[in-house]
Amino acid sequence: MSSPIRVLLAKVGLDGHDRGVKVVARTLRDAGMDVIYTGLHRTPEEVVYSAIQEDVDVLGISLLSGAHMTICPKIMKLLKEQGAEDTIVVVGGVVPDEDVAPLKEMGVKELLLQDTPPNQIVETLENLVAERGPR
Amino acid sequence: MELFERLLKGDLRAAGRLMSRAEAGAVEVRPTLGKIYKAAGKGHIVGLTGVPGSGKSTLVSKLVEAIREDGRKVGVIAIDPSSPFSGGSILGDRIRMSNLAMDDGVYIRSMATRGSTGGLARSALAAVDILDAAGFDIIIIETVGVGQDEVEIARASHSVLVVSAPGLGDDVQAIKAGILEIADIHVVSKCDRADANRTITDLKTMLAMGITVSMKNMNDKPLWQVPVVGTSSETGEGIRSLLETIDRHRDVHRSSALGPQRLRRIAEYRTFKTAEDLLRGRFFASTSERVAAMVERISRRELDPFTASDELMSNVAL
Ligand code: B12
Ligand SMILES: Nc1nc2c(ncn2[C@@H]2O[C@H](COP(=O)(O)OP(=O)(O)OP(=O)(O)O)[C@@H](O)[C@H]2O)c(=O)[nH]1
Ligand SMILES: [Mg+2]
Repeated sequence: MSSPIRVLLAKVGLDGHDRGVKVVARTLRDAGMDVIYTGLHRTPEEVVYSAIQEDVDVLGISLLSGAHMTICPKIMKLLKEQGAEDTIVVVGGVVPDEDVAPLKEMGVKELLLQDTPPNQIVETLENLVAERGPR
Repeated sequence: MELFERLLKGDLRAAGRLMSRAEAGAVEVRPTLGKIYKAAGKGHIVGLTGVPGSGKSTLVSKLVEAIREDGRKVGVIAIDPSSPFSGGSILGDRIRMSNLAMDDGVYIRSMATRGSTGGLARSALAAVDILDAAGFDIIIIETVGVGQDEVEIARASHSVLVVSAPGLGDDVQAIKAGILEIADIHVVSKCDRADANRTITDLKTMLAMGITVSMKNMNDKPLWQVPVVGTSSETGEGIRSLLETIDRHRDVHRSSALGPQRLRRIAEYRTFKTAEDLLRGRFFASTSERVAAMVERISRRELDPFTASDELMSNVAL
């Protein structure tokens, strides 16, 4: 017996674009995952605390505000400080090409940006969790 | 260090991991959960239920704030339904509690019902034990008051709160769902709304008609009379008074025969549920092949489900 993949979906900062994240929430639920949605305007600290208490496999951050290069480093740093670096972090939304490599360098496992088809999002998360293995 | 030892020291990451293992239901975790059960028992467990949208999560977040003002530690297990189609879920209670996320004296965990076969009671009540053993003073379980499992879990607590919201004919829904009679404390939420007084009056009338039966003391006076408390999560009205009522209910229980009586009922419920869960798992594991071989004939009505299940039961390895 094993339980579904647990995902925390977070909107951080002033970003009010929540259409995409809600689409993703439904997609993941329909693929059998448990999705915890934080709602809008969370701080990096709130997101990391929530991810730890919920013990999620995946922390998904949705960013369309252009603030990813300040928000992502903060989240990665907090996760490390809290000893939760085994959390798989993925980012979705609007991120320019030149920022993809630096984000991956700081530990973001995958970026799933505009027009990513639903099944690709599902497969990517399933593969990342399978790669990590049981914990 | 082992997760169990870390938990007893109050390590919240260990708590989170243990809850995941309890939810996954692996056999290896059972002995640890057993140890945790024995280490727990100090916390006061509050079950909070009510029809969808009655304001439960918002109320929980206000109650948590009040409990923290007293310096007490509080845990929340927020249960939302799984999709009957995919088995997945969107757990949204946390949205209403986000202002609480930053405090080590508050622990919020979201959980899905996982249909009726998934051992919700096992994982939810194990999660309560885990927080109890980690030193949380009050643990609140929020469940939607529809569906037998959800209502039963709210009942497996020391103080049962049933939340009714004014308007919308919610009261009819709640009566249909049979949740009004399980309340130790009735809460009428959204009291900032004009129609709240009517809901309060309706509930009081119902209580006066004696729909709830309670244990009496020697003078034939009930040890606990179910109160109706109005609250507003918008204005904060009634929140403190609700917390005082919960504490009073706890004290009456701890100092009378009501407490031990309820603890035995909860123990019985948990034991049956835990056994049922085991039984179901083993039954499916040891019969699924034979059932698969039978369904064709049953669907053609050459064999009937009654004879078939007798056959399954008579030679099953449990
Ligand atoms: C709709 C929209 C709005 C709507 C939002 C409605 C809502 N509630 O969501 C409104 C009109 C309110 C709006 C406002 C603004 N917007 Co606007 N908006 C858009 C627009 C046109 C589409 C976004 C959208 O909904 N797409 C559809 C969804 C389904 O796609 P998605 O969000 O990308 O999600 C997909 C993937 O990214 C991925 N995904 C998303 N999140 C996640 C998370 C995880 C974990 C995973 C795995 C995947 C994933 O999966 C989804 C499916 O493939 C975009 C342009 C664009 N083409 O993206 C601009 C855009 C995002 N907006 C922009 C701007 C500037 C604004 C405003 C500041 C405008 C202004 N000056 O007022 C305001 C800011 C509002 C605020 N408070 O944040 C800019 C952002 C620029 C930047 N990042 O540098 C964009 C890119 C337009 C542009 N080219 O300039 N906007
Ligand atoms: N006016 C008013 N609205 C409230 C109050 N409390 C909650 N609400 C609103 O009622 C709606 C439902 O609130 P929730 O707290 O999510 O209700 P819930 O019972 O947890 O809902 P489910 O978990 O979906 O069953 C939200 O729109 C809240 O803003 C209140 O005290 N006053
Ligand atoms: Mg709720």
